[in-house]
Amino acid sequence: MRRVEMEREMNKIVKVAVIIPCYNEQDNVLAMFSEIKNSKYDNAYFVEPIFINDCSTDNTKQILVSNNIHHLSLPVNLGIGGAVQTGFKYALRNGFDVAIQMDGDGQHPPCELEKIISPLLNNQADVVIGSRYISNEGFQSSWLRRVGINYFKWLNKKLVGVSITDSTSGYRAINHKALQVVSEYYPDEYPEPEAIVLFVLNNLKIQEVPVIMRERQGGKSSIRAYKTVYYMFKVTLGTIFLYIRLKFNGKRHTI
Amino acid sequence: MENVIPYRLQIIAIILAVIFMFFIFRLIFKGKLREEYSFIWITCTAFLLLFSIWRNGLDVIAKLLGIYYAPSLIFIGALFAIIIFLVHLSVVNSKQHKQIKDLSQEMALLKEKLESDKKKE
Repeated sequence: MRRVEMEREMNKIVKVAVIIPCYNEQDNVLAMFSEIKNSKYDNAYFVEPIFINDCSTDNTKQILVSNNIHHLSLPVNLGIGGAVQTGFKYALRNGFDVAIQMDGDGQHPPCELEKIISPLLNNQADVVIGSRYISNEGFQSSWLRRVGINYFKWLNKKLVGVSITDSTSGYRAINHKALQVVSEYYPDEYPEPEAIVLFVLNNLKIQEVPVIMRERQGGKSSIRAYKTVYYMFKVTLGTIFLYIRLKFNGKRHTI
Repeated sequence: MENVIPYRLQIIAIILAVIFMFFIFRLIFKGKLREEYSFIWITCTAFLLLFSIWRNGLDVIAKLLGIYYAPSLIFIGALFAIIIFLVHLSVVNSKQHKQIKDLSQEMALLKEKLESDKKKE
C-alpha cells in the first residue's frame, strides 16, 4: 500500500476505474469499450474500463472474452446494484483513486468523463453526479421518467435536504472515501436514488455537473413501463428505510 | 363436555403425533433439517401430543380465555404460529440473499484475479 502511495505521489497519476454494469448488452459492449479506449484524456489520468457482466444470457460474455476486454463475470444475476458494487469492491481493492459508473447501453458518453471526475480531484466533492437536467441539453428521457425524477428530488429534499436534479442518473463518480462506504452497503435494485441518502448520511459531499446524454444505442432499458409502479414503490420504501436505519441505528448495515 | 373426543380417535391422534415427532427427529439425525429450524417443529409436535393426551385441555384453555367455541382456539393458534414462522422464513431468506450476493461478488473478483495472474506469468 505504501509503495503504491509513493508512486502515486511521484507521478501524480490518478487511477480511474470506469465501471460498466452490463446485462444482455451484446450490441453495446464492444462500441462502449472502443469509445472509452479511444477517447482522449488528460495525461494525469489512467483510465481503466471494467465491464461487470451480470450473468447475461446472450453473447455478452463471449464478446468480452474474445476481445480480451477487462471484465468481471458474476456467476448469478445480482441486479444492477449488486453488479456495480462488485466493481466498487474491485476498484477499492486494486488501489483506484476514483470509480466512475457508466451505463452499459451507450447513454453516457465517455467524453464527459473528465468533467465528472474533476470536482473529485479538486476536493470539491466526494460524489459527482452527471445530470441532464441542469443545462437541459441532449436526450431528456420520457415524461413518465421525468415525473419520477421530480418525485425523487422531492423525497430526497424532504429526507436529507439535498436537491438532486437527476437522481436516477447512473453516470456518477465517487472518490476513495465514498468507495469505502458503497463497498460496505449498496442497494441491489435501482440503487441510484437510494444511494443519494446513503451518501448524505455518511457525510459525503455530492455535487452535480451538467452532462449531455444520448438515447440508448441498442437493447432495452432495465426500467420498463409496467415496472414503473414497482420501481417507485421499491425505491420509496428502500429510501425511507435506509434513512431510518442510518439515522437512528448508527451505521449498522445488515441485510 | 366429557366425551368430546372418542377414545379411538384419541389413540389415532397420539399415534399420528408420535409418528410426526419421529419423522422430525429422523430429519434432524440425517442432517436434513437444521436444529434452529427444527425447534418450531418440535414445539408443534409437543403441543399435538399434549392435546391428544390431555383431552379436555382445549376446552379448559378456551374457557380460561373466554372463547365460546373451543375449536376456534386451534385456528387462532395455528394461524398465529404459521404467520410467525413465515416471517421467520422471510428473515432467513433475506439473510441468505445477502450471503449469496457477497459470495458471488467474491467469486467474480477471485476469478478475475486468477485470470490476470495467469496473464502476467
